[in-house]
Amino acid sequence: MTPNLLLAAIMLINFMLVASSRVSKCIQLAALQGGLLALVLLLMHDHWPFHVLLMAFSTAAIKGVVIPAMLNRAQDRMKPQREPEPYVGYTLTLVMAAAGTGLAFILARRLPLQAGNLGTLFVPASIMALFTGFLLLTTRKRALLQVVGYLVLENGVYLFSLLLVKQMPLLVETGVLLDLVVGIFVMGIVINHIQTAFDSQDTHRLAHLKD
Amino acid sequence: MISALICTPLIAAAVVWFMKPGLHRARVLPVAGVIHLALVLAALARSAHLQPGAWFRLDPLGGWMLLVVSTIFTLCALYAPAYLALRMERNFGVFGVAMLGFLGMASLVAVSRHPGVLWVGMEATALSTTPLLYYNKNKRSLEATWKYLLICSVGMALALLGTFFVAYAAQQGGLGEPIYLDRLVANAAAMPTPWLKAGFVLLLVGYGTKMGLAPMHTWKPDAYGETPGIVGTILAGGVTTMAFLSLLRFYSIMAAAGLGPFCRELLVGMGLLSMTWAFVFMIRQGDLRRLLAYSSVEHMGILAFGVGIGGKATLFALFHVAANALVKSVLFLGSGNIVRSFSSKNLADVSGAMRRLPVSGWCFLLGFLAIVGSPPFAPFTSIFGIASTALGSGRLLAGSLFLALLAAIFTAMGSVILPVLQGNPNPASVRTHYEDTFGLTAPLVLALALALVLGTWLPGPLQTLLSRAALLVEGQP
Repeated sequence: MTPNLLLAAIMLINFMLVASSRVSKCIQLAALQGGLLALVLLLMHDHWPFHVLLMAFSTAAIKGVVIPAMLNRAQDRMKPQREPEPYVGYTLTLVMAAAGTGLAFILARRLPLQAGNLGTLFVPASIMALFTGFLLLTTRKRALLQVVGYLVLENGVYLFSLLLVKQMPLLVETGVLLDLVVGIFVMGIVINHIQTAFDSQDTHRLAHLKD
Repeated sequence: MISALICTPLIAAAVVWFMKPGLHRARVLPVAGVIHLALVLAALARSAHLQPGAWFRLDPLGGWMLLVVSTIFTLCALYAPAYLALRMERNFGVFGVAMLGFLGMASLVAVSRHPGVLWVGMEATALSTTPLLYYNKNKRSLEATWKYLLICSVGMALALLGTFFVAYAAQQGGLGEPIYLDRLVANAAAMPTPWLKAGFVLLLVGYGTKMGLAPMHTWKPDAYGETPGIVGTILAGGVTTMAFLSLLRFYSIMAAAGLGPFCRELLVGMGLLSMTWAFVFMIRQGDLRRLLAYSSVEHMGILAFGVGIGGKATLFALFHVAANALVKSVLFLGSGNIVRSFSSKNLADVSGAMRRLPVSGWCFLLGFLAIVGSPPFAPFTSIFGIASTALGSGRLLAGSLFLALLAAIFTAMGSVILPVLQGNPNPASVRTHYEDTFGLTAPLVLALALALVLGTWLPGPLQTLLSRAALLVEGQP
């Protein structure tokens, strides 16, 4: 079975993320996407030595469980409030995401794949996730949603790294795992601080510094 | 020797962490800084005899950058005890550990010979500087920290993707793990160019974010604006230098692959864009630190432009790393003193700084003149060299734009800064108890003196080091 089916599912999740207005749903979707990444990784290998299992497990655990749980907890501890309207409306971001997907396919066609990866969707899926992450980061006001955007962007990097994972496991595994750990660490701390200092995670209030 | 470069700051950081609270903690910083600087000099002097390691080695390019960062760190470390003594209410532990951790990680970046390790080191410098940004622990510094973390993390993610692209190109060129930088440069010609090009664009955006090239510089004004001057120096002279080094490492692979012209066009474009952007935001800038931040954006643009022109300009760009870092430390530390006396970094509240604080004020004035490229300071040498190489090599449009932007920035920055320094202090302005002391001004004078010396005379060993580093940038061994 080629991983293309899973990759298509991952791309579909990107659309759902862009269209969704509820934070808790976005966190769920990001968790699902993270879990799928671990599955793709396992599919890439015919047999699973220890280091592959370790990487798949930590991907699923961190991207699928730990980070979403942290985000959910931060969400629960906040006072219920109305979602602030994003800088750009949901329909427009959806259209932009669609345009980005088209662009991703055009770009991917210009980058020649190696014999073993021909016909796979890794490159367009990766570029599209990158684009979706950017969209969320730039158009959403809530700090939590921006963190989700960052996660999706990271997922894009992860998707591409899977093309390398067989030949250069060392580079990929250290890079990706370190990135994951850093991600939790940093975002966890900052979100906590924002909460205590501002009593809200609306980054719109983080807008005193400007020219 | 190489491991001592990385470990000495980290051991010093551990020492600071386990010391009892008090001012003696801050005194570890200058000691560690001086030892590290001595180690860098010793390693450079003996580099011909050092065993070339596959993973870690101090080559001329990394050596030059580390020398700059170590010097800047030592200047800041000399300033630190007197500065921290003014803020006795604070816990110095985190500050010291973060500073020393940064120095250790910068050394790791400088000596690493593998793009993966390079990336890990850059990520670690970002993390170690984060607590410094949040040092003032108020809402504004939190906002600055949030922006820095988010924007730089995105930049680092793109840089990682770019690294993977280059690795994929290497794989198609028949290289297996581990992909040391030397092997990448040696085999660059066999790699497929589309992947290398795409990889370089990602790396330029990624490490360019860390350097603060426009339009990815948006974290910079906030970060520099809300942190103490000493942290601004570390960011503007240290973190950006290491990001530039990381970018150059990949540039040399591209140059070896014959993609030099493609990359140079991008670098010239980014350089001019950064300078233009900085100019626009410097006009009537009302905040001293943000003004310096835009000046940093401008000078990152000059670095990119210099490498983009190529040839002799590459060498001048490398020289400019040191020139900019030294003068920036004068400006940031000096602005710290001025802001402390007026208790405001809002330029409307500050005037007559030279009369109130003669030493800091004069240093700041000379630093301003130096940073805009007046002789005989070091930035003049490099800016003049880059401009004349550009014009001499037939890049008339780019060269004249470069000169026009420099002139425009000179006027914009001068019209903001000179009223602050000259004249009499407004009687209505706040006057805190702060007075210039030896500990808070000596590092400024020292940095200014170094910039003056470098502008008039470059010692022979440094000249050889620089020209060998410039060759490495161009992808030649």
